[in-house]
Amino acid sequence: MKTAEETLGEILSLAAAHFKVPREKLHPDEDFFKTLNINSLQTLDLLTKLENHFHVELPDYELQGVSDFRTLAGKIQARL
Amino acid sequence: MRSYQSTINSQPFHMLDLQKYSCLGAALRDALERFAGETCLIEADRDREKVRLTYSDFKEVSLPLARALEDAEFDAGDRAAILMTNQSKWLITAYAIFYSGGVLVPLDYKLTAAEQLQLLEHSKAKVLVVEYYLWRAIMQSPAFNEIKTKLVLVSEAPLGAELAGGFRWEDFKRKGAPDFVMRQREDVACIVYSSGTGGRPKGCVLTHENYLEQCRALTAWYPFWPGVRYLSILPTNHAIDFMVGFIGPFVCGACVVHLRTLRPEFVRDAFVRYRITYVSLVPMIVKNLERGLRAKFDELPGWKRAILNRMIRLNKVLTRARPLPRVSRALLPQVHRAFGGELLALITGGAFMEPSSMQFFYDLGIPVVNGYGLTEAGTALTLNDLKPFRADTVGKPLPGVELRVLSPNEEGIGEIAARSKTVMSHYLDDPELTLETIVDGWLMTGDLGRFDKNGHVQLFGRKKNMIVTEGGKNIYPEDIETVFDGLPVKEYCVFAANYVWPQKELGRELLVIVVRLEQGQEFDSSLLQEIEARNRKLPDFKRVGGYVIWEKDFPRTASMKIKRQALAEDMGKTVDREAVVKL
Repeated sequence: MKTAEETLGEILSLAAAHFKVPREKLHPDEDFFKTLNINSLQTLDLLTKLENHFHVELPDYELQGVSDFRTLAGKIQARL
Repeated sequence: MRSYQSTINSQPFHMLDLQKYSCLGAALRDALERFAGETCLIEADRDREKVRLTYSDFKEVSLPLARALEDAEFDAGDRAAILMTNQSKWLITAYAIFYSGGVLVPLDYKLTAAEQLQLLEHSKAKVLVVEYYLWRAIMQSPAFNEIKTKLVLVSEAPLGAELAGGFRWEDFKRKGAPDFVMRQREDVACIVYSSGTGGRPKGCVLTHENYLEQCRALTAWYPFWPGVRYLSILPTNHAIDFMVGFIGPFVCGACVVHLRTLRPEFVRDAFVRYRITYVSLVPMIVKNLERGLRAKFDELPGWKRAILNRMIRLNKVLTRARPLPRVSRALLPQVHRAFGGELLALITGGAFMEPSSMQFFYDLGIPVVNGYGLTEAGTALTLNDLKPFRADTVGKPLPGVELRVLSPNEEGIGEIAARSKTVMSHYLDDPELTLETIVDGWLMTGDLGRFDKNGHVQLFGRKKNMIVTEGGKNIYPEDIETVFDGLPVKEYCVFAANYVWPQKELGRELLVIVVRLEQGQEFDSSLLQEIEARNRKLPDFKRVGGYVIWEKDFPRTASMKIKRQALAEDMGKTVDREAVVKL
């Protein structure tokens, strides 16, 4: 099983590829809405990519109130 | 002052004659009989269909709940709140409440638990019907112990889950026919909160007449009929979806499709799977669909793109006077197949919609029906009738709606006032605000607009200190200020940028925090971090987007309240909008 840090690292890489930004621009605790200039629908798009990668299913409501990659990683890690 | 009014001339032949009804419960009850064999509700989670009910099935599952409410001494006029995402149990519960003569309080599931508890208390709801994941958050809220709601029904709770005295919705049913409780047109049907979390709760008290008349007006222009499938994506607690995703389709025998995810790929899939006829969307989703289509178009090889462009141009010419769905489907079959092939219109409202997006879809043969309304007015005041399509207006006043432009300037722009049987009765427990808002029977909308020569309404901004997000959320600065309590500055205040610096357009909406520093204090990085940290406690759509440092003490009343209007006027004159530093 992946460690929490590994999960977080993979999420950051996937997000960077998905939104076409350099990986080093993304930080675990930063507000991704602001850093990536995205809206909640675009984060749902990313979530689908993450689900396919980690083979988990997260209901939309799990994202409610989540705005940083570390918290998102925690939600995914809990389902691995 | 210019004023416009239109009247209802006809209604779809198959729908109930709502003039004959005194309450929503009675209309819905008859609809369940009249359309018994038609499908009324489909609920899907991603690509998995979970529920499919006919009107007859709907009756079978809702009456045992009504009977259980009756046994729990839920009486006429008692209030019951629903806190759920879009799903079949929302509508089943709402019908049971109306059947029992109750007052429905739809609450926004996107609010925080503390905010939900605050509105629950303000509404004095006797019953709360809530989804398990939301109830779990409420149970963990510090204010949970103060909850006064007598009966809590929790849906989708795992067996054996701790519900803190709540009952499982699925088990809360009784055998035996419940008594139907008739209500009068002037009785309260719903209390809908247009804002007020953290600030002054604005509970719009809407009567049965408000809803029955709104439904008559909307269906006169955009009828539903058996076979129509409406995709319900906007939250059902929102006035638009409550009307066009519940009451409207039901009194016409149409079908509502609930999709329990907003994932773009499943939304697209639902259009095709259920051959959707109508859908209401906020601008954010329309833009997302547009982005997806444009990306697909860009991937086409040059020759295919050239053919597509030619077909779009031809469609544009042919549909100049009015939509021609069959022609558009024949010219652009692949585009229309992607939307299920039977889509008649995307309905949008509640937030500013960019004309270019509306035009993009109309040119493809998919009309975007833009409208304008506010919770205080029921649902909609104006709507585009597509005769012809106009992307630059919010349409004409709906039948039964009278609009005026007050004190118009030289360009004809002034505050819009509305009079209609759809306008709310009052704000709950706030006579002062009611008096300010409804003057001599006219609803002061706080929105600035004018009529063009064809009677279409064009909006140009707001007189009120608020923003509407592209997700359709009304955000009042006063509601979010508490998150900045204790900020280490002399004083602060949050404004809608367009309130301080009015501009003759909608969009570009932004909340700005105005900071007055202590003497000798500097705006340093730690203060910036403090503001950002507090800002992040707010849901993303409520966040402040910039700050301004203000050099004078805030004007205050004798009771030390900030004189917001005076401060905004002073700022507007002395500080440029460009001085706002983005957060």
